[in-house]
Amino acid sequence: MNLKHLTNGLIKENPIFVQLIGMCPTLAVTTSAENGIGMGLATTAVLIMSNVFISILRNFIPGKIRIPAFVVVIASFVTIVSMVMEAYVPALFESLGLFIPLIVVNCLILARAEAFAFKNGIVASTLDGIGMGIGFTLALTILGAVREILGAGTIFQFAIFGAGFKPALIMILPPGAFLTLGLLLALNNVIKARKAKEV
Amino acid sequence: MDFGGLFVILVGSILVNNFVLSRFLGICPFLGVSKQVETALGMGMAVTFVMTMAGILTWAIQVVLLDPTSSIFTMMGIENLDLRYLQTIAFILVIASLVQFVEIFLQKVSPTLYQALGVFLPLITTNCAVLGLAILNIQYEYNLLEVIVHSIGGALGFSLAIVLFAGIREKLEISNIPAPFKGFPIALITASLMSMAFFGFAGLV
Repeated sequence: MNLKHLTNGLIKENPIFVQLIGMCPTLAVTTSAENGIGMGLATTAVLIMSNVFISILRNFIPGKIRIPAFVVVIASFVTIVSMVMEAYVPALFESLGLFIPLIVVNCLILARAEAFAFKNGIVASTLDGIGMGIGFTLALTILGAVREILGAGTIFQFAIFGAGFKPALIMILPPGAFLTLGLLLALNNVIKARKAKEV
Repeated sequence: MDFGGLFVILVGSILVNNFVLSRFLGICPFLGVSKQVETALGMGMAVTFVMTMAGILTWAIQVVLLDPTSSIFTMMGIENLDLRYLQTIAFILVIASLVQFVEIFLQKVSPTLYQALGVFLPLITTNCAVLGLAILNIQYEYNLLEVIVHSIGGALGFSLAIVLFAGIREKLEISNIPAPFKGFPIALITASLMSMAFFGFAGLV
């Protein structure tokens, strides 16, 4: 078993901070840490299932029509996940809204299907799905947490500042999403540059 | 006919609820193909075309096949056949085939336009603005005319945002930016400022 497949997605090839794919849900739903985790886990579930399924079917899917085949597989799993969420976590389902069906067109899932699951075995594909999924969830949670702390003064809905704290509403509005991600990416670059200097 | 209502939908979808800057739909092409104004314009044109077609087609599918109150199955006397859960699969298949069709059609009819759009055409399948628009049309319970106006408005809003953004990024290329902000970070901060500017339209409708 090659653990590299699992850890690759976490930091070294993190889908958001390094590869910059799957941006739409990243920016749209991260108004709070809770939403970030919810969206991340839903995407992870779809990603793992589609990776497994596509890697099982990789010898049966003709190369020419692989993209439509991937899309149908992903869309089916998204439908399942959205039904499960509607039944068990209706509040989260409501607040993520439009972006649950839009998991279908999350480039991350299609990219992993095309670049990894279609070429690798079941075990490797499962690990890759888990790793990439957790990396994605982690990035969304960080983004959601930063925006929630600055924009609402809470974290996971617990108030962390005193009553005198005036939250910057702009952070949970759309401009805040772009701004936070931009600054986080810059921070990432700074850390990378520091590390490169040390070595 | 209520032209005032249609106008509100049009202005609302272009400026107030801009697909890219306030709804976060279509971010991937917005960040990916906005390095030059020319390619951004090509992408905008292709998306406008596909989005309008897809909006109308998916609406028709919803009315004729999926919605139990008006579907062809109910008319044939088959009761209790609620196919609405198939919406996601049906819509994405329609969009994927539509994009393929547009590609083949353009190749035959206008090779120059096909050449100009190049790789952007197949990429539109995974542009979430298209699927997002289709689902929003159904959520808002629009009629055919409103669907057409909303689709065109949404697509024009996308084109407007991506062309403006590309214009700014062309200037950014030659300006002096702190090293950690080079590339995507500064682009995202630019997008943030544009999004703030578009907030100014909020009271418009």
